[in-house]
Amino acid sequence: MKVTVTINGTEREADVEPRVLLADFVRTTLGLTGTHIGCDTTSCGVCTVLLDGTPVKSCTVFAVQADGRSITTVEGLRTNGELSAVQRAFKEEHGLQCGFCTPAMMLVATDLLATNPDPTEDEIRWAISGNLCRCTGYVNIVKAIQAAARTAQPVGAGE
Amino acid sequence: MYPAAFDYVAPRTVDETLAILADRGEDVKILAGGQSLIPLMKLRLAMPKKLVDINRVPGLDTVGVADGHLTVGALTRHNDMVHSEVVAAENHTMAAAAPWISDPLVRNLGTVGGSLAHSDPQGDWGSVMLACGAEMVARTTRGQRTIPVGEFFVDLFTSALEPDELLTEIHVPRYQGPAGGTYLKLERKVGDYATVGVAVHLQLDAGRQRIEQAGIALTAVGPKNIKAVDAEQALVGQVPGDDLFAEAAELAAAAAEPRTDVRGSADYKRSVVSTFVRRGLSRAAEQAGRA
Repeated sequence: MKVTVTINGTEREADVEPRVLLADFVRTTLGLTGTHIGCDTTSCGVCTVLLDGTPVKSCTVFAVQADGRSITTVEGLRTNGELSAVQRAFKEEHGLQCGFCTPAMMLVATDLLATNPDPTEDEIRWAISGNLCRCTGYVNIVKAIQAAARTAQPVGAGE
Repeated sequence: MYPAAFDYVAPRTVDETLAILADRGEDVKILAGGQSLIPLMKLRLAMPKKLVDINRVPGLDTVGVADGHLTVGALTRHNDMVHSEVVAAENHTMAAAAPWISDPLVRNLGTVGGSLAHSDPQGDWGSVMLACGAEMVARTTRGQRTIPVGEFFVDLFTSALEPDELLTEIHVPRYQGPAGGTYLKLERKVGDYATVGVAVHLQLDAGRQRIEQAGIALTAVGPKNIKAVDAEQALVGQVPGDDLFAEAAELAAAAAEPRTDVRGSADYKRSVVSTFVRRGLSRAAEQAGRA
């Protein structure tokens, strides 16, 4: 089936079988490997992408379901070559160790701050509770999101 | 992991959906949020020949109040239940349960109707609907019928829906007097299946003296969500109080059919049922204005 998506602001079209998962469509068909695949069983959340702005586990969505819709991946967080406030904060606050969960964590943080610009620590922990960090580096992930919230920079996805 | 190959169709109206189901009901699975179905398909425990994606059908995700019911469209996302002002104002049990469904990412896609139709005994909404006395509205090309929740869960992963039926809406009776309710859930981590879940609903008479309605239902302690009928009957007509709630808790624990597994022993789970029922009834009575 023909699937057309707007990914990180660019329209892309491809012919895929209905059983192709969105995570594989993004990585293999579209060649954007910033989206990772971890458990492949809807548990770990590292495959998170924003689908029409909402974070979802792309291993549990078929690519055909995304037809006509917009997707933001970690590659789309930059604007004009500049890191977003969330990306800068993850860098400055050491919000990553191995980096495997980082794209998903930053996308979830971006969504959180878009709807709740000044979240409490509880609200941050609640928001990332569907995302596992295999390094257990949650303390600095939370700090990074708090730091991003403090900056005056717009935190919207860079489309 | 890839599911077995299937045909995919995304109808734009309910009528179009019903026509597809009437034509090929036996081979077809409805794709709502997909948060249970897609994992099952990836494990090839489910291998439908055709998927009917109803996510592009408008009008199935509305939450509102009509004819004495709180109406929940089958395609309403769990996260929309978390943030619904109507739900928060109308039904304590539903409002308490919504944030406990899986994790935030799954809640963004998973749906109330999909969860109920999936009929997993570890599903939280099943117990909520049993406790609140909900009705399921199902449609086919032949017409519409209403299924009382007590007849909806047939067995493990088996609902009363016919292959050509589409669950379109859930009707939950509105409170007719001072009422309260809650949902208590024990889970090992966010997103894990419940070790035990308990849904409670209480309604008092206008003078807040005696219990008029009681609903208690149990999650993850049997082949389907269990309505603790004996416990409910022990409460109706009585004056709320700790001794009464302890008695109901024991009756509810007796109704549970837990199995020992990685989440705990059968005895432990039964004990959690008892504790949760007692706690839940106290909280519900407090909400109804009777401490």
